[in-house]
Amino acid sequence: MRTRTCWNTVCTVDDLVPESGIAVWTNEGPVAVFYLPHRLPALFAISHADPFSGANVLARGITGDLGGEPIVASPLYKQHFNLKTGACLEDESVRVKTYSVLLDGNRILLETRDTHQEAVAA
Amino acid sequence: MSKKTLIVIGNGMVGHHFIEQFVASSAASDYDILVFGEEKQLAYDRVHLSEYFAGSTHADLAMGTENWYAEQGIELHLNEPVTALNRDQRTLVTPKGEYHYDELVLATGSFPFVPPIEGREHPHCFVYRTLDDLDAIRASAKEGKSGVVVGGGLLGLEAANALRSLGLQAHVVEFAPRLMPVQLDADGGALLRHKIKELGVQVHTEKATTAIVAGENARLRMNFSDDSHLETDLIVFSAGIRPQDALARASDLDVGERGGIVVSDQCTTSDPHIHAIGECALWNQRIFGLVAPGYTMARTLSSVLNGDSDAAFTGADMSTKLKLLGVDVGSIGDAQGQTPGARNIRFNDEQTGHYRRMVVSEDGKTLLGAILVGDNSYYDTLLQYALNGIALPDNPEALILPVSQGGAPALGPDALPESASICSCHNVTKGDICCAIDAGSSDLAGVKAETKASTGCGGCTALLKSVVDNELEKRGVAVSKDLCEHFPYSRQDLFHLVKVNGIRSFRTLISQHGKGHGCDICKPVVGSILATCWNEHILTTDNVPLQDTNDTFMANMQKNGTYSIVPRIPGGEITPDKLIVLGEVAKEYDLYTKITGGQRVDLFGATLSELPEIWEKLIAAGFETGHAYGKSLRTVKSCVGSTWCRYGVQDSVGMAILLENRYKGLRAPHKVKMAVSGCTRECAEAQSKDFGVIATENGWNLYVCGNGGMRPRHADLFATDLSDDELICTIDRVVMFYVRTADRLQRTSVWMENLEGGLEYLKQVVLEDSLGICAELEEHMNGIVDTYQCEWKTAVEDPGKRKRFREFVNLPEQRDPVQQWTTERGQRRPVLESV
Ligand SMILES: Cc1cc2nc3c(=O)[nH]c(=O)nc-3n(C[C@H](O)[C@H](O)[C@H](O)COP(=O)(O)OP(=O)(O)OC[C@H]3O[C@@H](n4cnc5c(N)ncnc54)[C@H](O)[C@@H]3O)c2cc1C
Ligand code: SF4
Ligand code: SF4
Repeated sequence: MRTRTCWNTVCTVDDLVPESGIAVWTNEGPVAVFYLPHRLPALFAISHADPFSGANVLARGITGDLGGEPIVASPLYKQHFNLKTGACLEDESVRVKTYSVLLDGNRILLETRDTHQEAVAA
Repeated sequence: MSKKTLIVIGNGMVGHHFIEQFVASSAASDYDILVFGEEKQLAYDRVHLSEYFAGSTHADLAMGTENWYAEQGIELHLNEPVTALNRDQRTLVTPKGEYHYDELVLATGSFPFVPPIEGREHPHCFVYRTLDDLDAIRASAKEGKSGVVVGGGLLGLEAANALRSLGLQAHVVEFAPRLMPVQLDADGGALLRHKIKELGVQVHTEKATTAIVAGENARLRMNFSDDSHLETDLIVFSAGIRPQDALARASDLDVGERGGIVVSDQCTTSDPHIHAIGECALWNQRIFGLVAPGYTMARTLSSVLNGDSDAAFTGADMSTKLKLLGVDVGSIGDAQGQTPGARNIRFNDEQTGHYRRMVVSEDGKTLLGAILVGDNSYYDTLLQYALNGIALPDNPEALILPVSQGGAPALGPDALPESASICSCHNVTKGDICCAIDAGSSDLAGVKAETKASTGCGGCTALLKSVVDNELEKRGVAVSKDLCEHFPYSRQDLFHLVKVNGIRSFRTLISQHGKGHGCDICKPVVGSILATCWNEHILTTDNVPLQDTNDTFMANMQKNGTYSIVPRIPGGEITPDKLIVLGEVAKEYDLYTKITGGQRVDLFGATLSELPEIWEKLIAAGFETGHAYGKSLRTVKSCVGSTWCRYGVQDSVGMAILLENRYKGLRAPHKVKMAVSGCTRECAEAQSKDFGVIATENGWNLYVCGNGGMRPRHADLFATDLSDDELICTIDRVVMFYVRTADRLQRTSVWMENLEGGLEYLKQVVLEDSLGICAELEEHMNGIVDTYQCEWKTAVEDPGKRKRFREFVNLPEQRDPVQQWTTERGQRRPVLESV
């Protein structure tokens, strides 16, 4: 069965911090949204949970690029995650979930599973 | 035998360099030396004059100190121009008196040429040569909106950039059809013009100014020969320089038709007792308007006066590489291709704005000259080919093609002959560098100190580094001090770049001196450097993304994503009332409470959104941030000292509080800890701290660079029996020297172990001021003390900054479900399911 998805407004442009991340709450739990103004596209979203500690902290890491790829470093144990793919640079077996994110006018839209429709269908 | 007298007229860059060379030579002891300078300041680095607008002071730019002159026994007469020479009597005249010389050196430099345009005496017309000129321009710019530079040469464009940095709309008016007519060709000039226009500087070529009159909408109006005009608030003339040969003319020395004091290969004028060096000297019908040839003349003359009959000046290379308004421009050798039979190879990419031209000999074997616009990374290699006559490869065009289109990689340092000149300012060859390394210099700084390479115009920095690294590597020394993939520099290099160039943002630094967009290694380092240099709040928009999460949220993140809070308790002294507030706040927010090793209280388990509320309460009770999250001063631990303890000889608590309040907030390469003990029993364990102070009968003993923790190190005794003021002044200097020179995350203990010359060297720098920087270090420290702000106070008062402390921006009430708690020994502690 194909998973249904939906786009929800999670915040506005004013909530973003350039070159940094913020955390939003979604129906899939906490998600970290990053804004890297020098890139195209400039928005990235990955799971807020740090897989190494279990703590919800990735939005509070330092962003940047390594080998040209956009990254965030976990603020706890400093592993790096590719913001496009979610891959952990230090440990191939670890990958955090990524989300599609869009700018619509002033609003930031995030794509998550449509849990409501799934429930109705079931 | 009585001493002879040597007089130097002109205390500019070359005059100063000559003095340095001469006093180190054996002939120095035969002479009394006098120096006359027209400017009121001691010789300064004119090449970097524009940095004065970016915040550098005369002290930063100065080439020496008055003390140094005094120590060498040199009589220094600043602000005393020489007005006449009397060659028969061998005397010279100044407004203050008449002086006898046996040998005379003219190092009078040059003066800016101001074209004879009607109205040029207007008070808002300036030239661009001295610190006084810049002071006048700055004053005039304050009230103005626009400024014009007359002259589109190298200096004119630099002046235009300076006007821009003063907030003026800048214009460049050039008589010739293109910019930099001497160094560039038509294509290069056109491209440069285009790039500079993009930066907001208006360029007007083929304009001849006929008169300067009062303006209608601005102070002045310039009328041009084509009947057009331009209004402006101030004008800077940069239409070339003329050798300052007035004294020589008036005393009938040979001068050139178009100015310049005629000199021989030995830098001697038509009078055997009078010599001339630098920009005032005319050698072989040529004037050299750059500093490197002047330095070469200075060295030659010093050897001549030491009786070296082989010493001779043989001309100099006039290649230049520079960044003008952020645009790379390079010009090498016969850039215009005037050598008969010369052939050209051009690469011109209008899309990216890169232009490169090579001028090669008729047989295609040697490089005669080159022009670069847009990317100077090709410069070093091309210059080496041109200077050393290295045979060109079969496909010479590869040297200027982008690497992606088959371009050749840069000429590796191995390909250079021993005789290759690396630093032309100080005439240092690759061979000299190898010698310095073989004699024990083990890094770039060491080689610089030993050979002086790269301490002139600085243009060879990158090349020098690659040669040094290559030679060290060959000798099996591991090098790379590169911070990370974004910056090919050490922390110390970056500090220098930020300070000297007045850089105030990460963006500017990385675009000018690095590549990419940064990472978790370089961003916090630069954040810390910016904080030390300019002391702005760490939560300004530019600074936020640079900080470690601990610095961003001004608290220490713990393993479940909550934070701990450590208010400052200076010297560990706290009133019962304040202690009660800590207890009340901890109780209200259910914070786990623990006494730290540094005599304060740590409150654990606050969520992100609770931080501002908690701090609001702590601030109301008189607490300040404790910087436990920062690479900065943590605590100054103390024992109770003479106030209570029967052995105490000084008030250790009082001193600890004084020190803690002075150094709190200072950003450093790593955390800094201090302690003060009231007597030699040392109950505060001061000798395990970065700075340990132990009371004596007569004052204080200072210990430096100790460490506890993972790698304990006993601190070194640095100075004894200091008064309160002396103690603070000494710590100021050591702290600032550490902040400026240490590597990333280097504690003082490791710093000291890596410091060449170790403790003795540090003592010389701090106690004897061997580098002449102590005043600057103290001033810097005082500036930081004066601009201290409690970061938490500023943050809670600013709604914009408070916004950052939302756990989930779209759902303020949502608690983080991962944070689960249990109780242990009567307090709350986290449970974290392992994942
Ligand atoms: C803005 C600017 C940027 C520059 N950039 C570069 C660069 O990138 N690279 C480069 O190689 N060069 C550069 N130069 C040129 C460089 O500064 C000069 O080549 C160098 O300063 C020449 O040194 P000097 O000692 O001959 O002359 P100066 O440094 O001019 O010193 C001459 C001194 O003699 C004094 N004097 C003159 N007459 C008398 C008198 N009768 N009695 C007493 N004192 C007198 C003057 O007041 C002056 O202080 C730049 C110059 C300027 C202004
Ligand atoms: S160091 Fe000296 S003054 Fe301080 S507590 Fe110990 S014995 Fe007393
Ligand atoms: S010693 Fe180790 S466990 Fe204890 S606080 Fe320091 S880093 Fe944490």
